[in-house]
Amino acid sequence: MITELGLFALILAFLVACFQATIPLIGAYKRWPGWMAVAEPAATIQFLLTAGSFAALTWAFVTSDFSLQVVASNSHTDKPMLYKITGVWGNHEGSMLLWVLIVTLFGGAVAWFGANLPPSLRARVLSIQAMVAVAFLAFILLTSNPFLRLSVPPFNGQDLNPLLQDPGLAFHPPFLYLGYVGLSMTFSFAVAALIEGRVDAAWGRWVRPYTLAAWIFLTIGIGLGSWWAYYELGWGGFWFWDPVENASFMPWLIAAALLHSAIVVEKRESLKSWTILLAIIAFGFSMVGAFITRSGVLTSVHAFATDPTRGVFLLGIMAVFMVGALTLFAARANVMQAKGAFSMVSRESMLVLNNILLAVACFVVFVGTIWPLVAEMAFDRKLSVGEPFFNAAFTPFMVGLGLILPVGAMLPWKRAALGRVWRQLLPVFILAVAIAALAWALQTGRSALGPLGLFFAAWLIGGATVDLWSRTGRGQDRLGRLSRLPRADWGKAVAHGGLGVTMAGVAAMMAWEVEDIRVLQVGEDLKIAGYGLRLEEVLREDGPNYIATRATFALTRDGREIAKMYPEKRIYPVAQMPTTEAALNNGFLRDIYVVIGDPQEGGGWAVRSYYKPLANWIWGGSILMALGGCLSLSDRRYRVAAGARKLPQGVPAE
Amino acid sequence: MKRLILALCMIAAPVFAVQPDEVLDDPELEARARDISTGLRCLVCRNESIDDSNAELARDLRLLVRERLVAGDTNEEAVDFIVDRYGEYVLLKPRTGGANILLWLSGPLMMGAGLVMAGLYLRRRAGMPEPQVARLSEAEEARLREILKD
Repeated sequence: MITELGLFALILAFLVACFQATIPLIGAYKRWPGWMAVAEPAATIQFLLTAGSFAALTWAFVTSDFSLQVVASNSHTDKPMLYKITGVWGNHEGSMLLWVLIVTLFGGAVAWFGANLPPSLRARVLSIQAMVAVAFLAFILLTSNPFLRLSVPPFNGQDLNPLLQDPGLAFHPPFLYLGYVGLSMTFSFAVAALIEGRVDAAWGRWVRPYTLAAWIFLTIGIGLGSWWAYYELGWGGFWFWDPVENASFMPWLIAAALLHSAIVVEKRESLKSWTILLAIIAFGFSMVGAFITRSGVLTSVHAFATDPTRGVFLLGIMAVFMVGALTLFAARANVMQAKGAFSMVSRESMLVLNNILLAVACFVVFVGTIWPLVAEMAFDRKLSVGEPFFNAAFTPFMVGLGLILPVGAMLPWKRAALGRVWRQLLPVFILAVAIAALAWALQTGRSALGPLGLFFAAWLIGGATVDLWSRTGRGQDRLGRLSRLPRADWGKAVAHGGLGVTMAGVAAMMAWEVEDIRVLQVGEDLKIAGYGLRLEEVLREDGPNYIATRATFALTRDGREIAKMYPEKRIYPVAQMPTTEAALNNGFLRDIYVVIGDPQEGGGWAVRSYYKPLANWIWGGSILMALGGCLSLSDRRYRVAAGARKLPQGVPAE
Repeated sequence: MKRLILALCMIAAPVFAVQPDEVLDDPELEARARDISTGLRCLVCRNESIDDSNAELARDLRLLVRERLVAGDTNEEAVDFIVDRYGEYVLLKPRTGGANILLWLSGPLMMGAGLVMAGLYLRRRAGMPEPQVARLSEAEEARLREILKD
């Protein structure tokens, strides 16, 4: 019964979305206030209906209702409750429903907090957002209905993929979707502004919180995914340049570019057409991501069970939105005349350079991702494009970005002198070079990558510090002024520093990792990078829905024991799948990473152990970047602009 | 039931990517083998190198690479040997020959185009006179005062 209500709510949401996609748009065109105002209740109702439908599906998972096809093929009665709930989005149908729920949530956010938007713009934004919802609701209802019943329900389900039964991955999809779909909001704002025929500083300010939010969510989502890969896949890899990872990384790069170019629109009324274009393309990349994951045209480790009709449908949605928006963009080029003039050396030009680097980096990832497809169709060559290509082709752009960042962040708007900024940054630059040189001298005959990473960490963190300090002016009470700087300034510094931290982590992991593979008898020791690991015992343990082989290691340093480590090897009998659970000893400067393997014929166990330098810096930096975004988002200047403060209304006559 | 599950475990027991018995005694040769195998794709997996993969085929390929190296092949010869048998699909780093040159040059070309376009745009901007600031309407003035007040 609840299931049928869920489906019914979803169909109602579709009808409301159709209504919301047309009536407010006509209202805005004809200047009929009533028709425009109807968008807000419609957005709220649409959200409530979709949320109801999502709740119904969650209920089916929680109660293990195996008469539903999705539940039967993705759940099991023995699965812990947490994973019963996260199982809702651990499959294609449920994850699409989550996607649409977030589309309607963002629409609702504009309806609830957008009081300061001009009524016609608000009506148009909500209409465009509803069009996105219509497209994806139709996709769900026509090709991937999560509420399909089985005529003969099985006695028990087939369980969720054990790799997905993990807290890191359980919350990875919702964050990613919040990011992807957050970009639908900037898309709606861009298209609405084009229809409205007005792109100005105010628009830049309205669209910024949504871009920032989407970027924060993407950062967290990608960070979680990479962290999960690190500890779960058994060899400590954190990024594989897999098509699906690229699908999430491309919108992140474009969102980062958009974030910066929207600042130029807001502060200087320039780069308008470029910003609008980025806003449209960013959502395009979100949909490319959905297409890649669900169509099966590119083989990937993460793809959902795929189906060609779904792929074609998604391609259709993408084509309609992109062609429509870009046509409108071309037709409305005249409304995007830039206003402010600026010289070659200025914050504006540096942000242009930032945008070129980010956009080209994204382009390289895109070409590399689809090249196997292009090569097969156009040149009849079956080939692969993998990690070595991306490392070689993508890294130079990040190096360029890292080099110019501290300088660009400090240059004044409009017209600047490089010399002044350079004098302020010179000590940091010298320090960074010295650190890199020291690292170079200490390592023996390895790549330049490690020292380069440390250089960037020092350069970016130091640069951000100098930037903040230079904003406190002269004279006394500089510390007091530092603490009173706008949150956006702090956000900028923290996020930029975070990028440096992540760069250092990535470079150190690639340059200085130590690996050891061997057979170890119980009671034996191994040495790795100055640490000792003793295999103490191996036992069998039973979990709720798995059987584990659990080893106990003693981690020692200079003969003293500093920790116990418990790597596991699990078998999930229902899904018939083995997983490895690595044991990690986290440290500020290094992780020790141990995996237990198979028993060997001559006795003993296969053991893989790693010394991972600065591993936590990768995710620490991601957290800092997200935190910087949050600080920026909480700046009261944006809250004022986002309408947190209502206009004082006249006191009603008593 | 317990015994059945245990039997299942035996069948589905996870294997490592690189196993201890594969590792060559000569550390220099082993390092070269690892280097080569991170650049070769496991053919039955989805986008994993043979160095990372648990599949049986990946193990065979790893052993083959080591065999060639022990036989005295250079890195290039060993890779060519594998490509001759499995096709260029096996290479994770595509070669630059033929149309692939487009793939490799896409980044630099796009960067160049971007820089030229940005340069032209910036020069035009720099040459422009400062435009008259559009005047705000009555209502916007009021709203501006409201915002600036707090």
